[in-house]
Amino acid sequence: MIYIFMLFLKIFAAVALLALVVFLALLFDGADRIFHARMQRRYGPPILQPVYDILKLLGKENIVPRRAARFFFVAAPVLALVTSLMVFLYMPAGPFPAVLGTEGDMVLVIYLLAMSGLFLAIGGFASGNPIASIGGQREITLMMSYEFPLAVVVSTLAWVAYRTGMPGAPFSLETFVATSVWSVVSKTGLFGLLCLFASLVMVVPGETGKGPMDIPEAKTEILDGIIIEYSGVNLAMLKVVFALRSFALSVFITSLFVPLSFEGMFGFGGFFVDMLDFVFFWVKVFVVQMLFVTLMRTAFGRFKIQQASRFYITRVAGLSVAGMILLSIDVLCR
Amino acid sequence: MSTTYTIPIGPVHVGLKEPVTAWLELDGEKIVGARVRPGAIHRGIEFMARERNPIQVIYLSERICGICSFSHVLAFIRAVEDLAGIKVPPRGQYIRTLVLELERLHSHLLWAGVACYTIGFDSAFHLGLLLRERVMDVLELLSGNRVNYGVATFGGVRWDVTPDLDRAARDMIRYYRREFTPFREIVMEDPIAQARMRDVGVLTREEAVRHSAVGPVARASGLRIDLRKSSPYEAYADIPVEPVVPQDYLGHAHGDVLDRFVVRVMEVYQTLDILEKVLDGMPEGPFVAEPNANKVLGQLKPAEGVGWGIIEAPRGDDTHIVSLKAGEDNVFWWKVRAPTYANAVSWPLMFRDNELADAPLIINSIDPCISCMERVMVTGGREGAQVLTKAALIDLCRAKTARISGGVTR
Repeated sequence: MIYIFMLFLKIFAAVALLALVVFLALLFDGADRIFHARMQRRYGPPILQPVYDILKLLGKENIVPRRAARFFFVAAPVLALVTSLMVFLYMPAGPFPAVLGTEGDMVLVIYLLAMSGLFLAIGGFASGNPIASIGGQREITLMMSYEFPLAVVVSTLAWVAYRTGMPGAPFSLETFVATSVWSVVSKTGLFGLLCLFASLVMVVPGETGKGPMDIPEAKTEILDGIIIEYSGVNLAMLKVVFALRSFALSVFITSLFVPLSFEGMFGFGGFFVDMLDFVFFWVKVFVVQMLFVTLMRTAFGRFKIQQASRFYITRVAGLSVAGMILLSIDVLCR
Repeated sequence: MSTTYTIPIGPVHVGLKEPVTAWLELDGEKIVGARVRPGAIHRGIEFMARERNPIQVIYLSERICGICSFSHVLAFIRAVEDLAGIKVPPRGQYIRTLVLELERLHSHLLWAGVACYTIGFDSAFHLGLLLRERVMDVLELLSGNRVNYGVATFGGVRWDVTPDLDRAARDMIRYYRREFTPFREIVMEDPIAQARMRDVGVLTREEAVRHSAVGPVARASGLRIDLRKSSPYEAYADIPVEPVVPQDYLGHAHGDVLDRFVVRVMEVYQTLDILEKVLDGMPEGPFVAEPNANKVLGQLKPAEGVGWGIIEAPRGDDTHIVSLKAGEDNVFWWKVRAPTYANAVSWPLMFRDNELADAPLIINSIDPCISCMERVMVTGGREGAQVLTKAALIDLCRAKTARISGGVTR
């Protein structure tokens, strides 16, 4: 009986959380467009513009090209949406633990993000358009380039959590939300953490397909690349996926590196402090997203795929390995 | 095993301002072959001119191009003035030079913005277009129009430079001296912009000579050519102009897209200097030889022969050749050779060893004006497009005569 009750509670929590997440992701996307525009001395669209776009697209005709591989073409946006929504079930929302926190951890989050990217590429390949195929190739190339630094960051952090005895499972994001990773290391480790933080920030544009790494969807080169043939409901789903991916990465960074909370500041918890922290968490996510997605995409032009790949494989990977070494020295020599 | 596949850039493409198609043969992302196919925007303007008198053709020639409209007008007018021997008063010449340089300013600013847009640097694009508004305001103050100014006429110009305009133009020069440098630095010191433009779309000095590149494209390849220096027209006789070449600024001309950017950006500063000299040296007196358009038409009626007008437009040499027949109202024939026509033949060379991502940037790097360029169109039969020689046309003509006369040939 209690098991069924818990199941219903979890389903209810998951539905509420996912609805909130989709709405917030679209809202942040609208804010992103406004900030982007203001930095370019434009006015920008209303903040709900992404929501309007989605609503409009839902009423539009859904065209499947004659030469497309129909099953994969139609399934790809659905699967991409499902996987990118699932990410949020394994990430804690501020003071509240993840809905399925006991079932998966950071590795699963990274894996699901990669899966949604992969489904995007599959949708591109399946559309039968050479331009979309190029977009798919670029997406895969980019993914192969940034996965290594991402893996280094995650595994190093987990190792640090394990060695320094942070309470909780080392690979669980909740561990890093509960205890600040900045507080458990000394000076050398601080530099190491900064390196890891910087490399994670540089992975963000690649993972979200924005900023200097909007190569798979490069508008002026390959006409939005992988999504060129999509329309109607499929396109609406893909738009949500793109918004969710930026949002998920921001939540990920916030959980790992910005564990600032009122509970920690006041030294006591309680329902009201938890609610305050819940709101504060999304504010932190907002700041992170504006800094590392919006500002990045405003400040830079677009890389070519080879340059981007080289950048990730040499510079960012080097930076993350340097962070790993510094943290190892710090943890092992104490 | 490597397989290549073909991808079209164009005819309608986000990165291109005007319709042109580049069929790119790709091996992965690498371009291994390129064929450029214009032909989507031919309008037959030269044919339309044959049903109009020269004064009407002024306004027709303005519509050849939306950006370098004044260059085309002036080239046409100078061709007719050359033919009919019409003299222009000095103030008219100075005002023409003023508008030419204002046009160069807004054309180069637009190009710099679009180049940034092509590499995905949207912030610089918006900044560039924001900067461009100021010169558009000055042009609007002069003529009432932003794009097709309707300023020039035979024997001078139609609008005088008022003290108001003089003040606005000087304010504008100060504004650009202040605001343009940050834009240049934002783009040229950005590592990604450097990475995207350096060694992309290279046209060497020898190739530029061999393929008759003109204007900023030739100058970016290191050739010191500028019609304003080699054959000065209008007020350029009083104002010395030195060709802007990248080796003067960077020490070495690569002939790539970044060099084309440098040339155009440095020409903006040069244009500001020229504008200042034009405003300072503006002579007093009439600005048009004959304000009455009917009298001008009367002067042109007995004119006969062929006249030439060559202008250093923002994109390169713009040549117009006009023929009038004595006693006829309309233009007899008219030929336009826009700078893009000379520069576009270099495209396949520029595509060598570059990636698909560079293709729109390379196309844009010569600042193409496709509607200026398209002067002839070949429409194909069932086998596709083919070009007929004069002899073949005569044969076809005879065959048709034979057919309609029922096989009876004389």
